[in-house]
Amino acid sequence: MNTVIKAEGLSKHYGDYPAVDDIDMEVRAGECWGLLGPNGAGKTTFLRMVVGSTPPSSGQLQVLGHPVPGEATSMRRRVGIVPQKDNLDPDFTVVENLLTYAGYFGLSRAERDQRIPELLAFASLEGRKNAYINTLSGGMQRRLSLIRALINAPDLLILDEPTTGLDPQARQLIWQRLRALRARGMTLVLTTHYMEEAERLCDRVTIMDQGRILDTGRPESLIRRYIEPHVVEVFGPDLESWHGEVGAALAERSEHVGETVFYYSTNERPLLEALNRQPNLSFLHRPANLEDVFVKLTGRELREGQ
Amino acid sequence: MEPQENVTSGRSAALRWLPVWQRNLRVWAKLAIPAILGNFGEPLLYLLALGYGLGSLVGDIQGMAYIVFLASGTVCSSAMITASFEGMYSAYTRMEVQKTWEAMLATPLDVRDVVIGEVVWAGTKSLFSGAAILVVAGLLGAVASWQAVLALPVVLLTGLCFASMALVITAFATNYDFFLYYNTLIVTPILLFSGVFFPLERMPHAIQWASQFSPLTHAVALVRPLMTGSVPEQPLLHLLVLGSLGLGALALATVLIRKRLTA
Repeated sequence: MNTVIKAEGLSKHYGDYPAVDDIDMEVRAGECWGLLGPNGAGKTTFLRMVVGSTPPSSGQLQVLGHPVPGEATSMRRRVGIVPQKDNLDPDFTVVENLLTYAGYFGLSRAERDQRIPELLAFASLEGRKNAYINTLSGGMQRRLSLIRALINAPDLLILDEPTTGLDPQARQLIWQRLRALRARGMTLVLTTHYMEEAERLCDRVTIMDQGRILDTGRPESLIRRYIEPHVVEVFGPDLESWHGEVGAALAERSEHVGETVFYYSTNERPLLEALNRQPNLSFLHRPANLEDVFVKLTGRELREGQ
Repeated sequence: MEPQENVTSGRSAALRWLPVWQRNLRVWAKLAIPAILGNFGEPLLYLLALGYGLGSLVGDIQGMAYIVFLASGTVCSSAMITASFEGMYSAYTRMEVQKTWEAMLATPLDVRDVVIGEVVWAGTKSLFSGAAILVVAGLLGAVASWQAVLALPVVLLTGLCFASMALVITAFATNYDFFLYYNTLIVTPILLFSGVFFPLERMPHAIQWASQFSPLTHAVALVRPLMTGSVPEQPLLHLLVLGSLGLGALALATVLIRKRLTA
């Protein structure tokens, strides 16, 4: 099977509010697909429909060949889900959490006994297997959530903001493990607010806002499609006047955000030379990235909870 | 011999609730010693104090010592209290606070499996507490014969019925204080007006009439004769009331909780 998730005309309305608004998309077997969007874009609602947690208002949805929500329970037999907020069982130790979860899948004792040590090793949690959840660090809890979702050896792993709230070391470790799973041929679906995470992990990303898909593609193609290759961020006193007199003319596009001006340019030389003559201005020259695409497509205004 | 290994991977839909029950049992087992101490200690103290203390004032009731009357009533009321508490406070904790149900529903389990597992678990806990009281009553000489073990299936049914009712309430709960409505308006009147502590025939007619709508009245009508060596009157009627109320509440709880969790 080449298509793991296929959504056609998928919508979810809460009253008049369209959380997901008529989207078509496809996730292919073996890829890591990222769903990006500001708060309230509809990412979590979309994932909840995919796993059968909430029925669509309209449209078609197939996951691993099963129509959803019609065959959601059979579909979930082959899917692993890492929720946005850990919901590990606080009454249990690490290994008891895994055993109990294996029970929900109806796994046999032989399957459990074989998989649990492998998974503990995969998450580097062997030494903490008899520890209670509240004694684990945030990173360890996240790793336990990850291997708990792998207990049924799923074909598809769905992660809702897998590294939110983790320190950089813990995040690196999760990324490493996700890459290892991807290398084994597992299909990964993740939502994230971290563009760096999406850029590093995902083969393809979809950017969503207000329930609709804005674009889908490989991170580097999206960057090329929307943003000039060089970005120079400039800040400091006298920026306003310098921008008007000199800066604006030296880049294809510029954008004023707070106390910083972003210059987007194909030929960055003249701009950098001009900036080098301005001791009062500080600047950062960097390649265009997915965050630039994200901000261009979804805007800069702050999104608070709906 | 172990059961066939891969049969379990496709466990029949009818038993899919079992791991939910097992999970709760596993948690209970971790704190089993204090739980069992409570199961035996509390009724022992109450039966001693009220049975002998109050019993010496009231004398015999319906031809039995007060401690016998009280023991057979509290076997039933403890099933109600245990199941109601489990179906409200503990179930709410698993639903909203610990998100245990959310974790379960990310597996092949369905809302129905979770609800049935919770109800059967609460019924099981009722059975533990009812059985403990039965043992204590037996040790105090307040049980007529081995026929009393027939009270245990009734205790289980009573627990299942009240657990289902409690889950209907839990489906609407937004915090723990919400349960005070149900406790004050339903559980306490049922406890006081179902013939647990005092015989109903001494009560005003209106209360006697109303008490027929209390599932606990029907549980007591079955358990008291079974524990005192006589035969319950109209056993099928009482079983039917407990069973149909329980099934109705179970169906309603499943619909309401599904609506709540899958909005």
